[in-house]
Amino acid sequence: MRITCPHCGARDAQEFTYLGAADPQRPDGMAATEAAMFDYVYLRENPAGPHRELWYHGAGCHAWLVVTRDTRTHAISAVEPAKNRKAGAAA
Amino acid sequence: MRYSVFSLLAQAFQGHKGWTPVWRDPAPKAEYDVVIIGGGGHGLATAHYLASRHDITKVAVLEKGYLGSGNVGRNTTIIRSNYLLPGNTPFYELSMKLWEGLEEDLNYNAMVSQRGVINLYHSDGQRDAYARRGNAMRLAGVDSELLGREQVRAMLPYFDYDNARFPIQGGLLQKRGGTARHDAVAWGYARAADSRGVDLIQNCEVTGITIVNGRAVGVETSRGPIRAKKIAMAVAGNSSRVAAMAGLRLPIESHVLQAFVSEGLKPLIDTVVTFGAGHFYISQSDKGGLVFGGDIDGYNSYAQRGNLPVIEDVMEAGMGLWPGLGRVRMLRHWGGIMDMSMDGSPIIDVTPVDGLYLNSGWCYGGFKATPASGFCFAHLIATGAPHPVASAYRLDRFATGHLIDEKGAGAQPNLH
Amino acid sequence: MSGQPFRLASGGLIDRAQALDFSFDGKSYRGFAGDTLASALLANGVRLVGRSFKYHRPRGVLSAGPEEPNALVELRSGARREPNTRATVVELFDGLEAASQNRWPSLAFDLLSLNGLLSPALVAGFYYKTFMWPAAFWEKLYEPLIRRAAGLGRAAGLEDPDHYDKAFAFCDMLVIGGGPTGLAAALAAGRSGARVILCDEDFRLGGRLLAEKREIDGKPAAEWLAAALAELESLPEVRIMPRTTIFGLYDHGIYGAVERVGDHLPEPAPRQPRQRGWRIYAKRAILAAGALERPVVFPGNDTPGVMLAGAVRTYVNRYGVLPGRETVLFTAGDDGWATARDIAAAGGKVAAIVDARSDADPVRKGLADKLGARLFVGGVIEGASGGRQLAGVTIRDASGATSSVTCDLLAVSNGWNPTLHLTSHQNGKPVWDDDLHCFVPGTLPAGLSVAGSAAGRFTLAQALEDGARLGREAVAEAGLTPAGAEPVPATDPETAALQPVWRVKGAKGKAFVDYQNDVTDKDVELAAREGFRPVEHLKRYTTLGMATDQGKTSNLAGLAIMAEQTGKTIPQTGSTTFRPPYTPVAIGALAGHHRGKDFRLTRLAPTHGWSKEQGAVFIESGPWLRAQYYPKPGESDWLTTVNREVLAVRSGVGICDVSTLGKIDIQGADAAEFLERVYTNGWKALPVGKARYGLMLREDGFVMDDGTTSGLGESHFLMTTTTANAGKVMQHLEFCHQVLWPEFDVRMVSVSEQWAQASIAGPKARETLRGVLDPEHDISNEAFPYLAARAVTVGGGIPARLFRISFSGELAYELAVPAGYGDAMMRALMRAGAPFGITPYGIEALGVMRVEKGHVAGNELNGQTTARDLGLGKMMSSKKDYIGRLMAQRAALAEKDRPSFVGFKPVDPAQRLRAGAHFIGIGQAAAMENDEGYMTSVAYSPHLKHWMGLGLIKGGAARIGERVRAYDPVRNGDIVVEICSPVFVDPEGARLHG
Repeated sequence: MRITCPHCGARDAQEFTYLGAADPQRPDGMAATEAAMFDYVYLRENPAGPHRELWYHGAGCHAWLVVTRDTRTHAISAVEPAKNRKAGAAA
Repeated sequence: MRYSVFSLLAQAFQGHKGWTPVWRDPAPKAEYDVVIIGGGGHGLATAHYLASRHDITKVAVLEKGYLGSGNVGRNTTIIRSNYLLPGNTPFYELSMKLWEGLEEDLNYNAMVSQRGVINLYHSDGQRDAYARRGNAMRLAGVDSELLGREQVRAMLPYFDYDNARFPIQGGLLQKRGGTARHDAVAWGYARAADSRGVDLIQNCEVTGITIVNGRAVGVETSRGPIRAKKIAMAVAGNSSRVAAMAGLRLPIESHVLQAFVSEGLKPLIDTVVTFGAGHFYISQSDKGGLVFGGDIDGYNSYAQRGNLPVIEDVMEAGMGLWPGLGRVRMLRHWGGIMDMSMDGSPIIDVTPVDGLYLNSGWCYGGFKATPASGFCFAHLIATGAPHPVASAYRLDRFATGHLIDEKGAGAQPNLH
Repeated sequence: MSGQPFRLASGGLIDRAQALDFSFDGKSYRGFAGDTLASALLANGVRLVGRSFKYHRPRGVLSAGPEEPNALVELRSGARREPNTRATVVELFDGLEAASQNRWPSLAFDLLSLNGLLSPALVAGFYYKTFMWPAAFWEKLYEPLIRRAAGLGRAAGLEDPDHYDKAFAFCDMLVIGGGPTGLAAALAAGRSGARVILCDEDFRLGGRLLAEKREIDGKPAAEWLAAALAELESLPEVRIMPRTTIFGLYDHGIYGAVERVGDHLPEPAPRQPRQRGWRIYAKRAILAAGALERPVVFPGNDTPGVMLAGAVRTYVNRYGVLPGRETVLFTAGDDGWATARDIAAAGGKVAAIVDARSDADPVRKGLADKLGARLFVGGVIEGASGGRQLAGVTIRDASGATSSVTCDLLAVSNGWNPTLHLTSHQNGKPVWDDDLHCFVPGTLPAGLSVAGSAAGRFTLAQALEDGARLGREAVAEAGLTPAGAEPVPATDPETAALQPVWRVKGAKGKAFVDYQNDVTDKDVELAAREGFRPVEHLKRYTTLGMATDQGKTSNLAGLAIMAEQTGKTIPQTGSTTFRPPYTPVAIGALAGHHRGKDFRLTRLAPTHGWSKEQGAVFIESGPWLRAQYYPKPGESDWLTTVNREVLAVRSGVGICDVSTLGKIDIQGADAAEFLERVYTNGWKALPVGKARYGLMLREDGFVMDDGTTSGLGESHFLMTTTTANAGKVMQHLEFCHQVLWPEFDVRMVSVSEQWAQASIAGPKARETLRGVLDPEHDISNEAFPYLAARAVTVGGGIPARLFRISFSGELAYELAVPAGYGDAMMRALMRAGAPFGITPYGIEALGVMRVEKGHVAGNELNGQTTARDLGLGKMMSSKKDYIGRLMAQRAALAEKDRPSFVGFKPVDPAQRLRAGAHFIGIGQAAAMENDEGYMTSVAYSPHLKHWMGLGLIKGGAARIGERVRAYDPVRNGDIVVEICSPVFVDPEGARLHG
């Protein structure tokens, strides 16, 4: 696979490390519940189809990226820096 | 027809015209006591044990493709019970005992070959970790031996002992481990289940699970609706997709694991070997092919195929272990879709939906578990209670923290 | 042509001036440059080249290409022996050695051919039905017999003496196949200025043009070929790679390729690899891999001398070899007739032409008459006889009458299958074409187009047209402007009518579907009878298509026979998908240089050279090589050395490299808050100039890593991690910042490689250090107390950092200097410490002292332990949120009887402890339910003069003083130990603060 890093261009996926689903949001703060944290840490949609997921460009710019990739075909439709995501969600 | 050397010879004299289909090809009935979703190794084994051990025969196994089309026919055929943690060891040992009696139980030769499984270690720390595991196995009544470097060299002379980046210092051997002919396991269970009246229904994809008042009462399929008193999921690789039909989210990701086979060669190694300095395992099939594999590709996938980085990584590990592999040619590689669970261990349990049972999360240890998985799942379905050796495989263990994390990798499926 | 009785007097693309000597089964032969091993063997009249897998039937050359199922040999000898090598693709070289395989004692007299007599019982899947009793006999008797009989060639097993390389290439367009289609495509793209890579598995480009007598633009095709190659070579952006097989198609336009750099030489050239594995990144690719001819299933179809008709043309036209004296042609279409014509043109005799089609075509009749061949219209070959060498065939004519014809070559033509393998590598299923009678590519992978024969467009005219058109299209899709279209060259007329024959039911004898795996038509019938009807069941049950050729010549016939059995059509029965690789790939080529010491990279500390000079023994520690201990002359074993090092530190001073620890520089207004979130303990109150021990959890509540972090400024921190987790922690911190809390004003960078770091430990550490620090730095106990951390200078202004932290429990410092000064730092410290008997110590002594002090390390931080398990529960703040806080509160993680961290000592001080031993209560049975925990780390304390251990046991510290068994049956250990405090030396910490 190749991932087009927004900073570095198209690079072999071997330069990246995969983490998992990008959409679960960590329940921050002292008010967060164990149940919500359990959900965040352990439960996954695991879809067969488009999947927003986190990749880390460890052999490049060290950016965490949200990659939208189809798990049936591996086709990638979008790549964006993860740090933009929360800003976008908050806006 | 019972299989034996006599029936084989008798058929030989009549041109093998008398063999009949190994299983029927029935149309689905309107209702069953138990519907098993998934005609792979675990689903077929579950059907066999439901019928043979619990006398439950109004059972259908629904398979979306052909029987054995999932991971049972896509693995590296290793069987072993060299597990560390008490939640696992007795379960896999039951599996090993069932393997040891499988041919007689099924009247089918699945070529269970107890040729030994050896895990190599390359440092003092690894040696002690394997000692910990070997001792845990002994405590659970499983055979284990810790070998030194020269003992390993005597068994496996071709490996790199003198110029390796991570020199081999010894290995943990389970003599009773080995291999089995993967397809034959599926076929043997299928034939045995069919002979007891279980309906094996191929090309029948489950498209929905019907739930009434919190209870699963049937399935929608590509061949029409089927009612069932109990519905059992044994669809590793696709567990999340099927569970989603019942509104469940699982602690599972689907990942691709590649496997490889070389061209057929005269015998070179007669045990199963895992390399401790890279993720690599290898054995040689009875047909002569070296069968080997490594790590999962590491990203969610349902595509049943992987990519070059892992392929090269596996070949590198092969050469790192055994520099004589250089001129051996890789003949085929393929991928299977693994249920990678959040602690690396499986789930055999009831679900929050009444009447719906879950068998999933096998990571890449599903093949060796096939007999015990079927045995314990059948026990759970038939009695409503977990089998004692599978009692740790609860779905709620992630919430309670009773994890079974052999590797200590944490809640990240691609590290298990 | 003495010695080459089947070589034609002239013709062919061989260099008759360059004779090459080679041997087969020990007998010497001669061929020419440009030959393959197969063509050279055929030239010498060697027909029998191998034995089959199961029945050990004699086999000869079937094909002239990569699809060869029969002519597999062991090539070369010794450690270079390559089993299962297809003679049809081996380029002949001088001194080549080859041997037949799977036979004993010899190829001509193979005792295991007796299996043929047993064959009535050895049908598909026979082994599933027997060998079950008694169970123990499987491993002891049946399986060894099967294994010895199975397999084909013998691998050397010995270390491969040759080298391999890996390479990467990027292009606008990859052309797969250098036949007319590929050349036309490469020309079209190359003329447009595109970066083109043209690969062909053959050593000579041209594809079928090399094997056929064809004309392009009214001239021999060879002229067009030469011009095309000359033009391609003149284009600077076109790279031509012969001897290069594209073996697999992977995601996003990445193609796996193997270039056989030195396989055509006796040994690879100096400083050259044998093979090179490529990853080719192509914006677009054109599959122009041509097609593979199909045999017919009939009794005796495996007799040496039965060959594919197109292969016969290859041998005649390309290699100048006529593989038989008397030929019979068995054809199902027009294409086979070219073989009869070419044989006749080369002076060979065509005894009979059997055309399975029932229409009596006067043109064909005329041609047969002209060739002097008997013509059987609507006839089939019902059997071939001769055993080790074809002697004749039985022809059944349209009326059903049979006649025997003597011949030594039977050329079989049954149409071609597109070489569409790569199109199915991403799960694409080929689709059946009723008009072409073959599968053609179905859904194509992104970025790939298929042209010419590979797309089922079998004529030369179509090939040239497709290549030019798709080449231009691909250029446009790759974002370039195609050059103006050139006219497609004209070709001589050709027809491709075909009515394929899948199988001829004969009177007797075995009819092979899959030659290499000895799968017969009867096996397919048996599979149908037993219900193994889905194509995957058919393959898996009969082993059809599972041999080294992956069913290139057999899969379709198997499907056709299954279809016939079940009354379905071929497409209803299944498809022919192929898994990668297209042809088998040497493992070495995919591993490259990653073997031996170069299997994985080796990282060396900046002080490595100094350690080496000091006589260090090094040990692998992840990717690092670290100094394990520094033996002195006369020290007979490692323990003596380590004891000396430990005692030297505790009594004087020692130095040890700790550069491998992870170091992360963290800066920003929110840096302290960031540390609060990632560590369990509090950081906001950390003063500038102080270090603090920190504990980090994973989000699932288990311990991830530990280390010290120092405040270098109000918003500037330096974190250290364990060596093993340096990369993991960096990634984790980046995750926490970029994914979880991007609003934080914080930045971080790994500085692990920027700093060399040494630990200076022992009562004389301060005095030693004074000798290297610039004099203005006051490191008295008051000015620089325990856990002080500060920027200093050494050697007259070289920036350095000094930390008063201790792993050994002694008065100790860690001094960091820019990595380039690491070596100088060690030497300076040695000079400064000389008066105190300074001693270098390695990680073994470091480990002893940390066990003496009861510090947790890698063995305890194994991903399965919680902070509470390790006695660090007090470090979990209840006042703030941090990673892992909530999951660490789960019931099971807080259970009282979780094994927790304590020390152990042998009751008999002479006894040795071993890590990995499990704890069992005294008097209790060795059983899983009595397992109470295990020993994580052990060391011998020269201080206490006995072994000590750290471990996890149920009840933990509450059981101090209790005795338990340390059970270690895998090392024959079962000793009584006493549970004790994990701090064995200086529990008050007096030395630390001195």
